[in-house]
Formats: sequence, structure tokens, C-alpha cells
Amino acid sequence: MATTAPTEPLATSSSPTSDTLNQAAGLWRYMKRNPSIIAGFVLLGIIILFWAFGTLMTAPEDAKDLAFAPPNKRPSLQNPHPCYASENPRELCFAYDNEERQHLLGTDRLGKDILASFSQGIPQTIMIGLIAGSLGTVVGTILAFVAGYYGGILDAAIRFIVDTLQTIPGLLILIIITIAWREVGGGEMTFIQLALIIAMLAWLGPTRVVRSQVLVMKQRSYVEMARLSGMNGPEVILKEMMPNLMPFIVANFVLAVSSAILASIGLEALGLGDFSSNTLGMMIYHNIWYGSLVNGWWWWWSPPIVVIVILFIGLFMLSRGMDEWANPRLRRRF
Amino acid sequence: MTVDYLARRIGMFVAVIFVATSFNFFLPRFTGQDPIATRLELLAAEGVTTRAEDYAALIETYNAKFGLDRPLVLQYLTYLSTAVRFDFGESITKYPTRVSELINQAMPWSIGLLVTSTLLAFVVGTLGGAVLAWQHGPKAAFELILPPFFLLAAVPYYLLGLILIWLLAFQAKLLPLGGGYAPTTLPDWSDFGFLWEVFKHSLLPALSIVLASIGFWALGMRSMMITMQGEDYMLQAEAKGLTKARAFFRYAVRNAVLPQTTALALTLPHVVSGAILVERIFGYPGIGRVLYEAITGFDYFVIQGVVFIIVLAIAFAMLVIDVIYPLLDPRISYSSA
Repeated sequence: MATTAPTEPLATSSSPTSDTLNQAAGLWRYMKRNPSIIAGFVLLGIIILFWAFGTLMTAPEDAKDLAFAPPNKRPSLQNPHPCYASENPRELCFAYDNEERQHLLGTDRLGKDILASFSQGIPQTIMIGLIAGSLGTVVGTILAFVAGYYGGILDAAIRFIVDTLQTIPGLLILIIITIAWREVGGGEMTFIQLALIIAMLAWLGPTRVVRSQVLVMKQRSYVEMARLSGMNGPEVILKEMMPNLMPFIVANFVLAVSSAILASIGLEALGLGDFSSNTLGMMIYHNIWYGSLVNGWWWWWSPPIVVIVILFIGLFMLSRGMDEWANPRLRRRF
Repeated sequence: MTVDYLARRIGMFVAVIFVATSFNFFLPRFTGQDPIATRLELLAAEGVTTRAEDYAALIETYNAKFGLDRPLVLQYLTYLSTAVRFDFGESITKYPTRVSELINQAMPWSIGLLVTSTLLAFVVGTLGGAVLAWQHGPKAAFELILPPFFLLAAVPYYLLGLILIWLLAFQAKLLPLGGGYAPTTLPDWSDFGFLWEVFKHSLLPALSIVLASIGFWALGMRSMMITMQGEDYMLQAEAKGLTKARAFFRYAVRNAVLPQTTALALTLPHVVSGAILVERIFGYPGIGRVLYEAITGFDYFVIQGVVFIIVLAIAFAMLVIDVIYPLLDPRISYSSA
């Protein structure tokens, strides 16, 4: 391609690899000025390390309801885990029935190793957040562009639906849908299905926020220019607007993941979760159900609370930092 | 055009209520769950059983009694016409208690808890956020106190509630573990001792809502104030020689409070969602607990009634805030809003 070859050196002054390196270095320099992003990544990193530690130290079957006990000895409400029925539950719950492996964080009343539950539950909860968050962000962004860019009757309809649904507490709608879903599925519901239910409302926030950004951006001169030069709608949206809105959408994605996890834990704490899973919300549910707080079983209820708090604060810091990154006007330090 | 704006806003209000209630009517019915069968199972669990051939007849009688055997459209029309009169019929699981009676009993508890704690958090958070952004204020103290609240704002109310129960009720034994009042006392609203007890029981749930939401308001106010300080009128206030405090409170805070009020209207549904879980954690006798019990028992009429009341209350609060907003802020006219 002799004709195109001479233009290449003009386009990039250095080789592609050093370009990426420069970009990475620039990103790192920027990150140093944005402590929120760092704090967010560190907190989420702690959770990943905790998960990795749990996965190394335990076996998956430890997270089953006293899987190592014969079926007739499996704990239930009437027949709790033997260690919890004893005088000194703490001593026994940490050593019970497992000579080879110590229960580092003890066991819960159902006989599950708490650390092993985490190594299953953390990815499950994060999966719920990622599925619902990404579905919500993608659908919301598409609707936002349709509404904001094309306007008219579609815009009015989308705005009306969003305004209406946002007036109703989301948890109420999710509760009703979850019950319906569970009944249709014969009382069973996997945590993936729970994520899909949450995704049904997860597009509301992104639609509203991205739409207002699209409205502002539509007035910008480069978008006008693109339209005047004969680009059609999808072209303008994909080539001109999307690249510029991407940081904003990514920052909103973090928020969407966070609120999806919040919704899932809320539903699970109410007893509307996947009972075969070990998600963080189900741990909270079992703690409430068995009254572990008033019984003083602190080793059971405190780890999930700590993990959830770190997770939410991490996501919050990350989204704040990304907001700053997406919106350069906020970048000045006050 | 004030009338035009009002009419449009009220039209929206009616539409929101209509859509929400329709949604609320049809969704539980698509579950395929039979509320009468659930009720009979409940009775069976309590030891009340009947012969198998009577069972079908019993279900039929009950369905006729509650109108559940009629076509869905007719049920829907009846529901709409009675809902506007706040008549939601009788509870299925707590027959013959009327739904409106259940709601009337629970509503004061929830409103008392929510209004006080939300307003308290709003006022404290807004003031704190304002001072934090003010260069001349007692900043140092607030810079130490407020940031932990920013982090708490990321934590769900009910988790904070669990921690508070353990700290203040279980360990320190300062406050009761849950409930609206001690189970051994009879409610007597004229008795001062009873009122004191109710107050003590409401402290922990209120505290978990307040602590978890102060940071939210403080963050919003802080960023609003920072924007305000770049405005020309702030420069003018300084040029006029106004005292710093006067410029701060009369010029900056007054303007920054307005968007906060809008945020209050917008976040109300979230606050209510959180409060439902707080009531569940604390066993608080509010509307959240009624709803939770209705959901687990598939009590259609109670679910409908409670959701209707909550949606109505939120939509009404939003309407009020939207209507008074242009009065608070002369820059916004009714027509452009």
C-alpha cells in the first residue's frame, strides 16, 4: 500500500507500544492526583484478596450445610448445629468435626464454614452486581440516546415511564416481581435470576442521567457540524457522541453495579434470595433469621457486615473518583 | 402560566398513581399463587384441618367471598373504584381485620420515624456540608467530624442498624433490642411512661437512618456551595462590604439549599425503601412490617393497600415540593419548570 504508507508516520509520532506505555504512565500520573480512585481500588482489592485467601484455605464442600455430617444429623431450625446448642458455642464452633482443617472463622449455625461461604458468596454477589449493572447501563444508554437525540413522542414516553417508576420505591416493585418469579419457578430461584430481576429496574437511573447529558451534548458545535456534514443519527451517536460520553457512562456503570448489589442484599435480607447460594445478602438473612445478634454469635454476623461495608465504601470511592475523571470541571482540587 | 404548570403537574401526579396502582394490581396476580390456599395451609400448620372433599368447597367459598373468582377486569375496576376511597377490603391472612385498619395502625409509627429522622439528617447534613465549603467557618472541626459520615452514606441503613443493635442494645444495654414498645406493656398514649418507652424504642431505628444519611446531604450541599462561591453575586456581596457571615448565610446557603430540596423529593422513594428494611430489622410496628408480613402471606389486599398508600404519600410529597419550589426560587418560573 504505497499510497497510505507515507501518512502513517504523521499520524503517530512513536511506535504503538511506547504509545500505550505513555498512556499507561499518563493514567498512573492522573490516578496519583485522584486519591478516591486509588482508595476504591485498594478497598475492592482487599475483598479480592480475602476471597483468594478463603479459596486457598477452604474447600468448596465446606460451604455446604454440614456436608460432612450424615443427612439425619444435618442442622435445621429444630435441630441446630450441635456446637450452637452447647454451653460454649464459640470453642466448639471453631473446631467442630474437622480434624484436618481448622475453621479459621468458625462455622455458622447451619454448619457451613464461614470462610468457605465467603469464597463462594463474594463472587456470587459481585456477579449479581455486574450482570444487573451492565444490563441496566447498556439498556439505559440506548434508551437515553433514543430519547435525548431523537426527541419527540419516544422521548416523552420514555421520560414518562422513568418518572413514574422512579416515584415508586424500587424495592417494592422488586419484591413483587421476585415473588412472582419464584412462584413461576416453583419456589426455586437462582442468584443469576435474581440479578435479571434487579436488571428490570436497573436501567432507570442510567436512562435519566445519560439522557440529560445527551441533551446538553446535542447542542455542542461539533455534533451540529457532524449533522450538517451529512452523518445520519446512528453515525453521529456512535462516532461523535459515544466516545465523548464514554467516561461518564463508565462512571455511571460503577454506580449501577453498586445499587444493584444494594438491591440484591435488600431482597435477600428480606428472605427473597437464592437459598442454595452463599451470597453476602443470604448470610445477612440467616443471621437475622437465627437472631445471631441477640445470641452473641459475633463471629457469624460480623464478617459479612464488614465485607459488605468495605465493598460499598470501595464502590462509592471508585464512583466518586471516576466522576471526577469523567467530569474534568471537578478535577480542580478544592 | 401558573395554572398551566399546576394542571400539568397534577396531571402527572394522577398518572403516576394510576400506573403504579395498576402495576401493583396485576403483578401479584401473575404469580399464579393462590392466597386462599396459602391461608388454608397456614391454618393447617396451626392444627386446623378439614376433610379433603371440604377443601375444594372451602376454597370456592372463600374465592367468592373475596371476589377472586370474578373476571380479572371486573376485579380491577372494583379495585380502582374502592382504592380512591381508601377502601382496600379485608385482609386475607388476618381476616376479618380491614386493610385500612392495619394501615391506620402502622402508619403513625412509620411517619413519625421517617419524618423525624429524615428531616434531622437533612438539616444537620445540609448545615454541615455548607460549613465545610465555607473558607471562613470553623472548618477544622467539621473536617474531622464529617468525612466518616460520607463513608457511612455508602452503607445501607439496616446494616448500620444491625451494628447499632449490637453496640447499644446488646453490649451496652442502653436501649431496647427492637419493637415499638415493650411487649409486656399495654399501649396507652396518654401515659407519659409509655411515651418515653416509645421514644426509647424509636431511637435506634431513627439513629441508623440519621447516621447513614447525614453524609449524603452533606456531600450534596458541599458541592453546591463550592459552585455558589464562584458566582458573581458572591463577589458583589463581598464588594458591597457585607460581613462574611451575612454573605455566607443570606447569599450562598440560601441559594444552595434549593437544589437540596429537589434532591429531598427525588430521594424520598429510596429513603422509604431503606426504611422498610430498617423496620424489618428492628421489628418496628410500622408500614414496612405490615408489607413484609403481607408479602410472605400473599395477602393481595394488604400489599395493594400498602403500596397504594406509599406511592400516594411519595407522589404527594413530590408534588408539594415541585409546586412550592418556584416560590422558593424566583429564578425558576412555573412555565419553564
